[in-house]
Amino acid sequence: MIQFSNYDIISNLLYATQWTILLSIAAFIGGTSVALLLTAARLSRNTALQKCVRLYVELFQGTPLLMQMFLCFFGLSMLGYEISAWSAAILSLTLFTSAFLVEIWRGCIDTLPKGQWEASRCLGLSFLQTLRHIILPQAIRVAVAPTVGFSVQVIKGTALASIIGFVELTKVGTMLNNATFEPFKVFALVALIYFVLCYPLSLYSKYLEKKFHVSR
Amino acid sequence: MLHFSDLLQYTDVFFSGLMTTVELTLLTTVLGIVVGSSCAAIRQYGNTVSKRIVAVYVELIRNTPFIVQLFFIFFGLPSLGLKLSPWQASMIALTINLGAYSTEIIRAGLNSIPKGQIEAAKVLGMTFRQTLTRIIFTPAFEKIYPALTSQCIIVMLGSAVISQISVEDLTYAANLVQSRNFRAFESYLVTAFLYLGLAIALRFLFNQIGKRLFAYREAR
Repeated sequence: MIQFSNYDIISNLLYATQWTILLSIAAFIGGTSVALLLTAARLSRNTALQKCVRLYVELFQGTPLLMQMFLCFFGLSMLGYEISAWSAAILSLTLFTSAFLVEIWRGCIDTLPKGQWEASRCLGLSFLQTLRHIILPQAIRVAVAPTVGFSVQVIKGTALASIIGFVELTKVGTMLNNATFEPFKVFALVALIYFVLCYPLSLYSKYLEKKFHVSR
Repeated sequence: MLHFSDLLQYTDVFFSGLMTTVELTLLTTVLGIVVGSSCAAIRQYGNTVSKRIVAVYVELIRNTPFIVQLFFIFFGLPSLGLKLSPWQASMIALTINLGAYSTEIIRAGLNSIPKGQIEAAKVLGMTFRQTLTRIIFTPAFEKIYPALTSQCIIVMLGSAVISQISVEDLTYAANLVQSRNFRAFESYLVTAFLYLGLAIALRFLFNQIGKRLFAYREAR
């Protein structure tokens, strides 16, 4: 039987943290890319596309992330695609993240007065020109703070990947708990590491919110 | 390819799982909002020390995953001599979680009450308690009601995780069924839609309650 010193526990947890960070970054990049496409679809004047986006958001915001992960993991392998826990986690987190981001960004675009669209139209700007020169520069300023804030949710979401067997921080925490029988210490450390990852982002988001609120 | 008919014989398993989820959700919604309101009131009107404690609680919970909080409470606390059943542990974890989020939400509502309104209540001779309930909390709640209820729904969806400490909720039912008949995809798909239905039903319920609670608006 191997004895785990505090040093072993911490070094193992820190090693696993890399995977949590990597998974978060991958999911966040994937989520923003899909959300960009969805936002474009929503802004287009095609009502069918807009409805699809609404349905997509409703589906992914109305079901637990854990279920989405199970479906990606078991569902795709049932359809014949052998999928690793890592890919299933990235896929489901991407879908989940994009559904929330598209809603957040929608809010940001909708806060801009409608008169701006109308004014741009009067000035003879095309739809894309309006978007590029009038709407997006303003919307992005408003959107940065909540988007950074949501990245905290993504990091916390990666903890669920432990359930489908992806070895990240929470999974290593459970494994260490099984080996050391010191749940109090192990899970307190796991929580602490998550806190150290998330809290700066929360603070940064708050800071951004204040900064842009003043300048507006 | 998909065989949903294999699930039919497990209807009662799904149903009892659904009931556990509903029961826990309703219970923790009430408890969580009570915790959140108290903490928000402390955060707003308490002394420096209690404000600090609430702030630490809120930030700790909001910046760690629910599953880690759950494991900490279920596996960690017994080593301090506090032994909890899975059901109790998940109820506490859910309440603490919702409490922290709703503290922030309710505090935003309290912040939105103009100071003059509170001073006016004082001048009119209302006691602190009367002011708190009638002048501060009711309009504050009305403002943040949509945010608060959607947080409750988020917590309900997050409760899928409690199946990991073997609480027999909806996700646990899905796991059980798929381990019996190996129809993993069908089982999880049906469960996902049950959660979706539950989320929609809860939203409807909260809307109806909201209409009743803030009916005085329409009376004017």
